[in-house]
Amino acid sequence: MSQANGNRFFRKIRGRVADIIEVIRRMQGRSRLGQDRLARRLMGLLTLLVGLLLPLIAAVLFVRSQPILIAKPLNELLFSTEWRPAAGEFGFLPFIVGTLWVTVVSMLVAVPLSLMTAVYLVEYAPPKIYGWSKPLIDLLAGIPSVIYGVWGILTIVPFVQQIAPAMSQWLGSVPLIGPLFQSDNPTGYSVLAGGLVLAVMIFPIIIAVAEEVIRAVPQGLREASLALGATRWQTIKLVVLRRAWPGVFAAVVLGLSRAFGETMAVLMVVGNVPQIPHSVFDAAYPLTALLANNYGEMMSIPLYDAAMLGSALILLIIVLAFNLVARVVIVRLSLGSK
Amino acid sequence: MIGATLTVLGSLVLILGTVVWRGLPALNLDMLTQTPKGGYYLGKEGGILNAIVGSFYLAGGATILAVVISLPIVLYLQIYAARTRRAELARLAIDVLWGIPSIVYGAFGFIIMLAIGMRASLLAGIITLALLELPIIVRGMDEAIALVPNALHEASLALGATRLETGIKVVVRQTAPALLTAVLLAFGRGIGDAAAVLFTAGYTDRLPGSLLSPVASLPLAVFFQLGTPFPAVRERAYAAALVLTVIVLAISLISRRLAKRLTKHVIR
Repeated sequence: MSQANGNRFFRKIRGRVADIIEVIRRMQGRSRLGQDRLARRLMGLLTLLVGLLLPLIAAVLFVRSQPILIAKPLNELLFSTEWRPAAGEFGFLPFIVGTLWVTVVSMLVAVPLSLMTAVYLVEYAPPKIYGWSKPLIDLLAGIPSVIYGVWGILTIVPFVQQIAPAMSQWLGSVPLIGPLFQSDNPTGYSVLAGGLVLAVMIFPIIIAVAEEVIRAVPQGLREASLALGATRWQTIKLVVLRRAWPGVFAAVVLGLSRAFGETMAVLMVVGNVPQIPHSVFDAAYPLTALLANNYGEMMSIPLYDAAMLGSALILLIIVLAFNLVARVVIVRLSLGSK
Repeated sequence: MIGATLTVLGSLVLILGTVVWRGLPALNLDMLTQTPKGGYYLGKEGGILNAIVGSFYLAGGATILAVVISLPIVLYLQIYAARTRRAELARLAIDVLWGIPSIVYGAFGFIIMLAIGMRASLLAGIITLALLELPIIVRGMDEAIALVPNALHEASLALGATRLETGIKVVVRQTAPALLTAVLLAFGRGIGDAAAVLFTAGYTDRLPGSLLSPVASLPLAVFFQLGTPFPAVRERAYAAALVLTVIVLAISLISRRLAKRLTKHVIR
């Protein structure tokens, strides 16, 4: 079945290439219309090829992680906590949970702050302040992740190290959330440090998308609400945000997927201990860090290479799912508003 | 809400402040003009010229490659396939590519590199970075060209120009500043990315010699030097971080300026 599909696919590509050669041959005279037609085919082919890049990446990662998917049952890979490559044990759970912890912490910090910033920039900020803040926020998006990592090591890690004992004493005895703040890691390299650095990294992404969707809410709706006597805040809460919420949701999901895939900055501040963290002050070891730290030296141990590419595949699938959801929501939204 | 905005802006100030404050004392002329000498990673003399030059080669090559691929795609999307289902699908694919983490590109590039029998090299790094930059450039250019008034297209077509001529001689010329901004933006992303070049470009103390030899890069210079236990070397990592930050910020400011200046000559 897939063989037949593949054949048909290759025939299609070969057909296209033959088309192009045919066109070139016919274009002896090189009329302008001929050039136009040729350009159209070539550009279309190029677009098709780039469109196929994503399936290609997924297929390559899948094929190369095949050995470990065959050798180990999937639920052992996903739910075992034993990570001893030398002994042939590959449990991804500590890394998956580590990624989740760091991502959740970063979202808890970033979502409220960036949504409030977006609302302020669109609804309240005078043009002058907007004109100043917008380029600065864009600048934040351009800073390389290694720089975030350096900043994390110099500022955030010592900060976390200092507040950890006090926080765990203060919040540690509170029922339910208390254990989340228990601290026996004196270094400061922790989930919290990773989450804070990540939060700053995804500010600009969430702000940019949220700002756009909030701005797209028709002005007439705001005016109608204000005319009925609602205050500005009531208008924002009951009219603007209600109308913009699918887009705001998409903004958050895009930020989430960026946080998931971020590598260098997180790697530098989370401590990289392969354990399941139980508190925000524990060290963690996210999937991306696993890949960055161990890839390249994996040739000597059997299945290690496949395990690494398996973790890349897990990352890819999760990020793809997030992105597709967000894009579909955004496309729906833009179709609906037309 | 003002508080939230101030927090966001404050974090930018804090980042830049930290990098400048820690990086400036360690920065000197030797850092910028010399390659690492023997014992450099133990705190002896030398500089990071290898990484600075390497980064420009990597990001420059990748940006050129990415532009060569993406300009035809954008023209196709906007001129030949405008408002078709096919174009929407292609845009979705590009958007999804934009979201793929750079470490995944790095792993993919590494596999392909081994599969065709190459070793970690400038060329492999350029190709991997180009994949990373491609969606950024396509998106930026696509948005810029979408703003060209329809009447301009129609006027050109009505004068008898083919679509190709309209695309290259009218649309690209009209949007040149915005296209350049997209290119510079991608260059900035490329020069700062570490995860994609970690496995594919390798690292070396020498200046890049050929396309097929390994090459150093600034983000990795920061990363590796931070990983050593020697305080003197860590200081240099901060200096390297400062250099990288200054380059990225300069590119960002230049592109903004350029966009403003070139816009003057565009018909609105």
